[in-house]
Amino acid sequence: MMKKFKILEDIAIADIAIEAYGKTLDELFENTALAIFEESANIKNISENEKKTININSDKIEDLLYDFLSEILFLKDTYSIIFKKSKIKIEKKGKKYNLNAELFGEKIDRNKHELRNDIKAITLHMFKIEKTKEGYKDLVVVDV
Amino acid sequence: MLAGNPEIQLLYARWSYCYVANLRQDKWGYGFPIGGVAAFDVDTGVISPGGIGFDINCGMRLVTTNLTFKDIQPKLKELVNEFFQSVPSGVGAKGFVKINQSQFNEMMVDGSKWCIENGYGWKEDLERTEGNGKIDWADPSKVSDKAKQRGINQIGTLGSGNHYLEVQVASAANIIDEELAKKFGIHTPDQVVIMVHCGSRGFGHQIGTDYLRIFDSAMKKYNIPVLDRELACAPFASNEGQDYYKAMACAANMAFANRQVILHRIREGFSKVFKTSAEDLEMHMIYDVAHNIAKVEEHNVDGKRKKVVVHRKGSTRAFPPNHPELPPIYKKTGQPVIIGGSMETGSYLLVGTKKAMEDTFGSTAHGSGRTMSRKAAMRQVRGDKLQKDMESKGIYVKSASMSGLAEEAGFAYKDINEVVESLKIAGISKPVVQLKPVGNIKG
Repeated sequence: MMKKFKILEDIAIADIAIEAYGKTLDELFENTALAIFEESANIKNISENEKKTININSDKIEDLLYDFLSEILFLKDTYSIIFKKSKIKIEKKGKKYNLNAELFGEKIDRNKHELRNDIKAITLHMFKIEKTKEGYKDLVVVDV
Repeated sequence: MLAGNPEIQLLYARWSYCYVANLRQDKWGYGFPIGGVAAFDVDTGVISPGGIGFDINCGMRLVTTNLTFKDIQPKLKELVNEFFQSVPSGVGAKGFVKINQSQFNEMMVDGSKWCIENGYGWKEDLERTEGNGKIDWADPSKVSDKAKQRGINQIGTLGSGNHYLEVQVASAANIIDEELAKKFGIHTPDQVVIMVHCGSRGFGHQIGTDYLRIFDSAMKKYNIPVLDRELACAPFASNEGQDYYKAMACAANMAFANRQVILHRIREGFSKVFKTSAEDLEMHMIYDVAHNIAKVEEHNVDGKRKKVVVHRKGSTRAFPPNHPELPPIYKKTGQPVIIGGSMETGSYLLVGTKKAMEDTFGSTAHGSGRTMSRKAAMRQVRGDKLQKDMESKGIYVKSASMSGLAEEAGFAYKDINEVVESLKIAGISKPVVQLKPVGNIKG
């Protein structure tokens, strides 16, 4: 099975660099989001009783990824929710990419959840999406 | 000038006044180095969100008490447990200050002043805060609704990562400059002080995110070459530049307010545990200083007095005695500088110098800086073991995150004593007191 993501340690030692993989763009986005979820908390003891949706457009696939990941952080702080998984559908409509995402998680409970890092923001440092033999990979450095 | 990040120098070289001082503490970050200072001409230069950081006005606050370690030792756990409850920390924590949108707009404009007017602090706290805890050019209309929604519930929270609230002790042996220490309010052996490290929370992070995207597009418009998108910038005098500067000020004011309401909670907590009023415990602020910010200041550049936008990312303002921006109480001493070490090794109170004005745009370092990645630290120690080890060394720590605790282990950071020694040798700030932790709340 294809690895979903890995954390690169030599990119930014004070922060977290994620390299995620996917056979499709949908999967690449889901796996990058998963890395964000797992860096924020142990997802094993997060229930799925809260659902949030994201619908965004962009001319560039990189910008779509940046805006999508930033939206996760916005939802986390605004609604005090930590997420466990996402379902993503990306379509190209004319020149624009359209993303529809469903995120599943739970209201944050410091006594129940094993919290990790409160990710502050997605940076554009070395930010990229590349085509690979198997599909796609990206590089995302997040500020913690 | 010290050598800066070559990428930044290349990127900004087209503006006539670009000076980069690199105070990098090897706390290797993204884009602009952590510990970087860059100053650009207000008319011909740029402003860059990446030169400030997402955590706008992340900063340090230091507060005294008239208690000694002996006084607090029997109640240390009670005290730390109290703050763990009253100052929320960790992922997505909500604060205790409940306000509506129009009050939030007032806070964005008035910063610490809003807090004092609403009962969260003492009037004297204002002059003990950089710029009186209020940046004048804040304009809430330049802040997105998203940032406002994200930040409104977070006032009075610490956050996570390396943010903390720490109970510290100034032992007689660690007082380096007795006269200055006294003037700053540290006068008794083993005196207890409290240090807070946090910023503008999701509010500032969202403003940083919003404007990074705006500037990313503006680069093309202003024909600025893109070397690293994280270093996106726009001319300071442009609409985009001015809008960001005004939004950034809102985040900076929110951060001052955040640390101010946390101070209120600290005073309440001590008062409750020691059954004495905060006034009787002499819980005066020493200072509050920003280390992620941009400000227009006057500096000597090539022998001429210039107005420049000084960017400080992981870098602390360090103004010398008699600087016009200093409050009367610190006019003669120079500005107190607060530098945080790891939660195991301690922190420092220093003072600004003339040399900092001459060499580094009135700036110095902000902390000790990491030497290893978060994952590498986690491989070496478990959070619960570290917590026990620290307790056996006399440091009682509570954290919202056990893995986060491991990531912040003392060995993951450079030796703070060496960092401070290098600042002393460079002459850009002068150590006054070393402070040792005894209790810590980590986000």
